[in-house]
This record gives sequence, C-alpha cells and structure tokens, in this order.
Amino acid sequence: MFAAENGLKSDPRLQGISEAIRVVPHFPKQGLNSSLVFFFGVWLFNYFCCCGCCLTGIMFQDITTLLLDHKAFKDTVDIFVDRYRGMNISVVAGVEARGFVFGPAIALAIGAKFVPLRKPRKLPGEVISEAYELEYGTDCLEIHVGAVQSGERAIVIDDLVATGGTLSAAIRLLERVGAEVIECACVIGVREVKGQCRLNGKPLYILVEPRQIDNCC
Amino acid sequence: MSAYRDEDPRIHDIKTRIRVVPNFPKPGIMFQDITTLLLNPKAFKDTIDLFVERYKGKNISVVAGIEARGFIFGPPIALAIGAKFVPLRKPRKLPGKVISEKYILEYGKDCLEMHVGAVKSGERALVVDDLIATGGTLCAAMNLLERAGAEVVECACVIELPDLKGPGAIEWQAIVCARGVPLIMADDAILL
Repeated sequence: MFAAENGLKSDPRLQGISEAIRVVPHFPKQGLNSSLVFFFGVWLFNYFCCCGCCLTGIMFQDITTLLLDHKAFKDTVDIFVDRYRGMNISVVAGVEARGFVFGPAIALAIGAKFVPLRKPRKLPGEVISEAYELEYGTDCLEIHVGAVQSGERAIVIDDLVATGGTLSAAIRLLERVGAEVIECACVIGVREVKGQCRLNGKPLYILVEPRQIDNCC
Repeated sequence: MSAYRDEDPRIHDIKTRIRVVPNFPKPGIMFQDITTLLLNPKAFKDTIDLFVERYKGKNISVVAGIEARGFIFGPPIALAIGAKFVPLRKPRKLPGKVISEKYILEYGKDCLEMHVGAVKSGERALVVDDLIATGGTLCAAMNLLERAGAEVVECACVIELPDLKGPGAIEWQAIVCARGVPLIMADDAILL
C-alpha cells in the first residue's frame, strides 16, 4: 500500500521525498541486471508521455540525491520509524546495498537488530541462500545462520520494489529461519506492483511512486 | 591510533561482539565480521553514538560511506550530525555522472566512484568504513572527496587492523596518523 493512502494523505514530507529523488534516463544499459524488468514497468508507465525522451528511455530512480537532502532523508526514516515503532519488531533486514542505507537507521530507532541480506560470498560465516528469478537468469540472496531466532518479528527494507522478486527471496530467507515477516518497506514502488501488493502474502508499504524525467512535457 | 581505547566503557562490549572468521575470504585471513555487532541493538547504538559524540558540532556537512559496509554506519552518523550522506561505490553502480579513483589491492586494482555534484567545494567531510587495513580504499575515498574540493576532516572506522604491511603501507601510515582515528584495535578481538 502507498503511504499516502494509509494515513499520510497530503503529508508534505512525501512530496519533499519524491522531489528529492533524481530520475536518470537510460541507466543501466540493457541486459545488465535484474532492474531491467522494473525499468520496463516504468517505461510502460511513461509510454503515453508525449516527450521523446520518455518514450525511449529507462527511468532510473536515483535515491542518492535524497541522501544529500538531510531533511528529506530524515523524513524518510522517520515515516518508517513512526510506522514500525511499538510493533514489537526485533529484526530489520536490509537488502544489499541500498537497503543498507535505510535499514540500520530504522533498526536503531525502533530498538531492533539489523540483518544484512547479501549477494553470494560476501557474508563470512555460515549462510543460507535463496535463489530468485531475474529477467535473464537467476540471482541469489544470503543471510547468516543464527542472525535471526525462530519467532522473531521482522521487516524487510529496500530502496525500491519492481517485480518483487528480490523481496520475495528476502521473505523466504527470513521464513526459513523461523521469523515472521510483518511487512516489506520500500521508499519507491511502481503502481503496477500495487495491484499485487502482497508478496508471498506479506503486505508492502511504499512511500512514493517513481517519477518521470524532470521537465518532461 | 585509537582515541577511545581503554577509556570508554562501551568499547569493551563493542569489541566482544565483533566475530572473527578465520580463512575468509581466503586462507590466512582473519576476517573481522561486524554483522554480529549489528545483532545487538545497544552495542550498535553505542558504536554510532561514539562517532556522533566525536563529530557533532564540528561543522561536518558530508559523511561519505564506502560500499557496502560503510553504508551501514555512515547514514546513522550523517542523520545524527545533520550531514548529507554520500555513497562511494564500485564502478557502474552510480547512475549519474561520476568521478573515479583507482587504487591498488594486494593482487590487482580496484576503483571507487562518487557522483559529480554530490559534494561542494569547501565542504568538511568524514569518510566512514567498517575497517581499515592497508588504507588503500580510504586513500581512494579521500582523493575523491578532495578532487571535488572537500576538506577531509577525518576517516572513521570501527576496526583497525594493526601491523598490516603491504605496498604503500609506509606512505599510508603517515596519512592515518595525521587524519585517521580508528576506534578499536582488532589485535585483541575475541574469537567466537
């Protein structure tokens, strides 16, 4: 569900957050990684735009500009913290690498542990792995054995959700170690995902939709 | 050098929660695993608080974190001291226009990138990473920031590996003494 439809309608912080995110056309180049499916979704979203750049470009949603705006970055974290504080959540799992930027601050504020979910061969200890589908091929997410105890209540954080493939893998990993995944939280998500906004039956909480290129139309 | 060694009571708990994993990523390396520190909210908070207490009120407007473990410690510090967070990333991850800095590894080379325009000339900056070994990565990070016109006030790391000799180590020592203040010595970290 979108934050604006769940108690934060007309919250001025959401507009500031949305405007602080930079849209970068034509990144990444085709075929490089799983984000292609997301960008295709955004491209569809932009298809009816009259501007030529929108018709031809992949619109990468760049959160690094959000991080340069201290107020907007703080607002982003605060909105998630306000939602999850008091929900007895003891695990915040962040998806490498942009989930690492948001997850720890949320974990610290709500008194939870932070658990990094990483690409293969990055975590040094014993791990369990979960493979997931990309548009071309597969990728893999890993969690340390022992990081999470059975019965712990967990949320998953990433900067952006596209098809939900990565988040689904994250949910499966946490459930395999016995955690209860309460929700997945992302700063950005395409509206097309909203229709299937429950991943593996888990709710999804999104702050903003992706924007078109600035100065378009 | 450690500014807090044997002084602050929080240091002991932080140190004991770092797990040492032998022979990772290759034989002979004793890997300092900070993920176990992150599992204890109090110790993780203490780590951040120690940095925040040191850097708050020093007019630092940039916290640059090195991918990927610098992304875990950098943003909470940035948020607490009122600074922006700037990710320094491996090649081809940042979507906008970047400047790149190559550096030497034990075997081969690597490269760190920063977005053009993330940092303004004259800004005071901190570099954050989980660990300093030879200092090659931190040097590349400092170079990137200085090329953008920033003044690097200090490098902040949770762990320092002592006695690490490698190419350019002698040159690096001088930079660490002048500008780097690692927090903890790993030589007496406890094996779990």
